[in-house]
This record gives sequence, structure tokens and C-alpha cells, in this order.
Amino acid sequence: MGVAKYTKDEKDRIQDVLLQSGIHVKPLYTPADLKEIGFDYATDLGDSGQYPFTRGIHKLGYRSREWTTRQYTGFGTPEETNQRFKLMISQGQTGLNVAFDLPTQMGYDSDDPLAEGEVGRVGMAVDSLRDFEIAFKDIALDRIGTGLTINAVASIMLAMYQAVAERYGFSREEISATPQNDILKEIVGRGAWIFPVEPAVRLIGDVIEYAIKQIPRANPVSVCGYHIREAGATPVQEIAYAIGIANAYIDEVLKRGLHIDDFVARFSFNLDVFGNLWEQVAKFRAARKLWAKNIKEKYGAKNDKSMFLRGIFGGGGGGLTKEQPENNIVRSAYYALVAALSGAQTTALCSYDEAYTIPTPHAALISLRTLQLLMDEVGLRDTVDPLAGSYFMETLTKQMEERIVEEMANIDKLGGMVKAISSGYIQKEVARQAYEFEKGVQSGELIKIGINKYSGGEEGEVELHEYSDKSAIGQIQGLKELRRTRNSKEVTRSLKALERAAKDKVNVMPSLVDCCKAYATVGEMTNVFRDIFGEFVEPSIF
Amino acid sequence: MMSTRKIRVLIAKPGLDGHDRGAKVMAHALRDAGMEVIYSGLHQTVPSIVKMAIEEDVDVIGLSIMSGAHIPISKKVMDLVKNEGLDRVIVVVGGVIPAKDIPALKQIGVTGVFPGGTPFEESVNFIKENVPQ
Repeated sequence: MGVAKYTKDEKDRIQDVLLQSGIHVKPLYTPADLKEIGFDYATDLGDSGQYPFTRGIHKLGYRSREWTTRQYTGFGTPEETNQRFKLMISQGQTGLNVAFDLPTQMGYDSDDPLAEGEVGRVGMAVDSLRDFEIAFKDIALDRIGTGLTINAVASIMLAMYQAVAERYGFSREEISATPQNDILKEIVGRGAWIFPVEPAVRLIGDVIEYAIKQIPRANPVSVCGYHIREAGATPVQEIAYAIGIANAYIDEVLKRGLHIDDFVARFSFNLDVFGNLWEQVAKFRAARKLWAKNIKEKYGAKNDKSMFLRGIFGGGGGGLTKEQPENNIVRSAYYALVAALSGAQTTALCSYDEAYTIPTPHAALISLRTLQLLMDEVGLRDTVDPLAGSYFMETLTKQMEERIVEEMANIDKLGGMVKAISSGYIQKEVARQAYEFEKGVQSGELIKIGINKYSGGEEGEVELHEYSDKSAIGQIQGLKELRRTRNSKEVTRSLKALERAAKDKVNVMPSLVDCCKAYATVGEMTNVFRDIFGEFVEPSIF
Repeated sequence: MMSTRKIRVLIAKPGLDGHDRGAKVMAHALRDAGMEVIYSGLHQTVPSIVKMAIEEDVDVIGLSIMSGAHIPISKKVMDLVKNEGLDRVIVVVGGVIPAKDIPALKQIGVTGVFPGGTPFEESVNFIKENVPQ
């Protein structure tokens, strides 16, 4: 959801609009507003492709290249997921974005008692390289880039991705992978964490350092404001927290002796499209500018590319409703419009049935077509940053920027994001915002069609994806067979080497690639880490 | 004699799913309604939840489940609640729960089901009416 608060008089005339970021929208904007905020084209915007990149990181925007479409895909077994990947690619999708099931995200094998009931449920089950061999069979890994939506064990999945690529004859240099690899946002907003903060951030650093040196086309971290916003944060907090988290990872990599210009150009962001249209576009424009300034001024980068905020701006699932579910198709189309007006490099939408469960192929294809329509039919490729120069948009962008800067200063005062998250401060703040928001929806102060306005009427029946435990049974059988047939000496040897690397604080990635090639399981590799690092304990926020 | 003790609720996140926005929102709402709320934190097993319920002497266990595994998880919780003889404790479930699954959950012994978006007032009143006096 994420709409503004409207104050109306008895005749339904709007007296005030209050955006979630605390900004009041006026009925009319004029040149006087630009004067009042001290708007200056060169310093506030610059042309597209020029510092501070408010208007976009590439000179020609979508004229030079349309956005990459990357629907989040994966369920059941690797066979089922491979079929779905091929379907999406055959329909014009230009990248993959792998959904893993919860046991995989949490580093448990499919036959672990803790995995019961969850194998293949919200994503694909992966136990070993054998599963990746099936999932990526007959996919041109030199042409199709792959998002690996996983964090606590992103290191393992990137290693496995390199291993599968090499098995199929693609070199490290050819492949493009985007492991999400953002553990701090998991702690704030999504909950798929395993290890304590310090070793968890070290693993993030290992992935980034290794990828920069060995897998040059990888985007080794996708910093996710998205999930923090979906957990309740305001748009201002989303950007301030995302930049704070990115800075924590930069600091981790700098400790390893790399220069900022060696690696930060490969960072990418995953940000949320959810809420008031104008506030969202202004948010993305302000975010691009502030990231560029942060990298240039705080870290002294010289290379323009280091300052690019590249990102997937995806339509938020939190905005969708179970009520009148077909309305979600329309809602998502508007979210996609925002992403296009904001110059997203990559995009994806939650599908209309995702308020219930993971999408059917029918629903996923509607999302893909929505994205394709914007590029090919509606005119979003015509010109760069089309809202620039609007009295309203420039005022709002500047106001968003000021508020994000304030929030960033607040985080600095708390000693940076790692401290603010370790103490539970950020989690508390996000939970409080989520509660306030829900109260607003329940009281009707925040309008949500189908929930508190124009609700009721005929309930649409939608066809839903059905989970089948047949997939889980097959997956577990496959895992048992793998354990019987693999070279167990190789497994033991490679896991021992991994243990040494983890203990000696050597980059674990080469050992992980070796373990994957020996068909060590995700659970076995994760357990090496669990034994050495221990597990994260959540700070109490109530 | 009417007890003046506040209703004690354990909001629990069973299983591997980490989406806890709804659980935390409910914790706030029940607290604002005058109840004492204990939040389990993430990634809890069924035995750890029931143990916490015993130690904290709660009247209500509220399970928050978003992954779709609400039926098998609720079944395990109910079995253990019965085995431990916690007759006075009611179990309610919230999260992403399709309407068609509500009868099955009630059959298992879950007292109330509150899918995401249920008005706070409804959940609060239900708990007040259903906690044994």
C-alpha cells in the first residue's frame, strides 16, 4: 500500500495531501517554488549521464537499451524451475531471478527435519551442484544474466553458479550473476539470516572481493531497500538505510586493501516501487544523486561508473491485495510505470496472485507483458527522465533529498548501520512505521481500494499455484542418491579446506567452488560456517 | 471470581520464514489493547514455542505463518499443546491464510484464524471473548 493521507472538506475537496515521507503537496507549483528551494540545473540535475546523475546514469537511457526484465522465478524441483525459466525466456524475458525455497535460503538440506513442509514451497530446492546442473540446463549463461536471490548463503550459491557454468563450458569471465548478498537487510526486514553480524558481513565481503577479481561481470551485491520498505519503512528511510548498508559493505571491502574505484561500480540496488507515484519518482531521482555524492565525497571515487546507482526497481508485493485480486494487475502496471519514469535498469513485478502464493505461469506472463508493453507500446523509451523540469517534481525531489540526508545523518550519529541494526534500533523503527501504516489503513485514513473503499461486491476467483509435496519427496530421494554416489573422500577433503579458510579468515570463495564441484551439499557447507561462526541472536525490540 | 490479570499472548514465528511485519504489527496492536505480549523472535521450532508458552504462562499462542505451511505447522503445535495438557491455552493463527483452509485449521483445533488485514478490533475482541476466565 503506501498512499498519502488526504484531508478533505465536507464537499470532498482536498484540503491537504501528506506524503508518507512527511511532505505536504501543494495544489499548484510555479517557478517561485524552484526559486525558493534554490534549484540549479547543473548542480541539482545535470544532463543524463552526468554527475550527479539525478536524471539517469546513461546519456540515452532506454533509447540505448530497454530495461532488463527479471521476474522472480522458482518453485518445486530444479526440473520444474528449469521448465519455467525456459518458458519465461521464450516469452522475451531477458534475465533470470532465482527464487530459492526457505531451507536453501537458511542453509538446510531438503532432508533436514527443520526443512519439513518447506521443500520447494516458496522457491526452488537446491541441495548440491546436481540441482544447478538441472536448473540451468540448456540456458545460455553467457547471454542470460542471473539474479540469485539469496543472502546468508549467497557465497555458496555464487560458488555453485560458477561451478555449473564451468561444467557447461562457460568461463568465469563470461557469466553474469547477481547474488543478492545483502545480509543486513535480512536482519532488518526479511529474516533469512543465519550467522552473527560480524562473520555475516565478512562473508558479504568475501563474495564481493572474489567476484571483483574472478567474475568480472558479476554484480556481487544487490543492496535492498526493497525489503526494508516492504517491512514498513518510509520511502525516505528506505533510501537512507540502503545507502547506510551499502556503506557498511564498502567499508568491509576497503579493509581488504581494494580502492573504491576497483569495486563499487559493480554494486547494484534493489529498490521498492510502492506508494504515491510522485513521491516514488522523486525518491529514485534523489537516491541516484545522493549515492553519487556519497561515493564521490565520502569515499573519494574518481571514476564516474563508481557513482552510478544501478538498480532493479521492482513493483512491491506489499501493495497488492487479496481482495479483488485482478485489480493487482492494474496496480502493478502503475508501479511499472513509476519504475520506467524513474529510469530503472532492471525491473520485475509481483504478480496479481502473489498476495496469496507464488505465481502461476499465467500470472507471471501477465507481469512480463506489462513490462514489455511499457517499453514497446506506450512510449517510455522515447526520452530520458521525462518528468525533469516540472516545478512539482523538482521541488519534491529536493525535499526528498533533504529528508534522506537528515536520516543518513541520524544513522551516522548512531555509529553507522551495523551498530544501528545490531542494537535493534532500525528494526524497532521499521516495526513502528508498519504499525502506524496498518492503523491508517484500518481507520480508512489511508485509502486502499478493495479494502476500505469500494470493497465487497463480487469476489473474483483466481487460479492459484498449488504446492505439492511430491516435489519434496523427489528432491529428498535425489539427495539421498547423491550422497550414495558421490566421491565422499573429495567431499570430506574439500569441506576440511573450507573449514580452514573460514577459521583463518581467508576468502572462503575458492574453497566453496571446490566444495560445490565435489558435490558437497548446501547443508554441509553451511554447517562448517555454523560451527565456526555460531548463529545470530535477535536483539529484543519489544 | 473474575481475574484481573492481563491476558498474556505469545506471538510466535514458527519455521524458517522470516517475514515478521505482520507478527510485529499484531504485537503492537494487542499491547495497545491492554494485553501483555511476548514475541518469540524468528525461526522457532514447535517445541520451542510451546516451551516458551509454558514458561511465560500465556493464555494465547498466536502463530504468524506466511509461507503456506500453516496446516502442517498448526497441526504440530496443537498436538504438542494437547500432549502438554495446556487445556486453557487457545491457539490462533494469522498470516497468508486462504479462506478455503480455515475449516481445516479449525478442525485441527485452532480457535481463531485471522488472515492478514483482519481489523485489530476483531482479533482483540475474539481473544477477549475466547480466553477462558
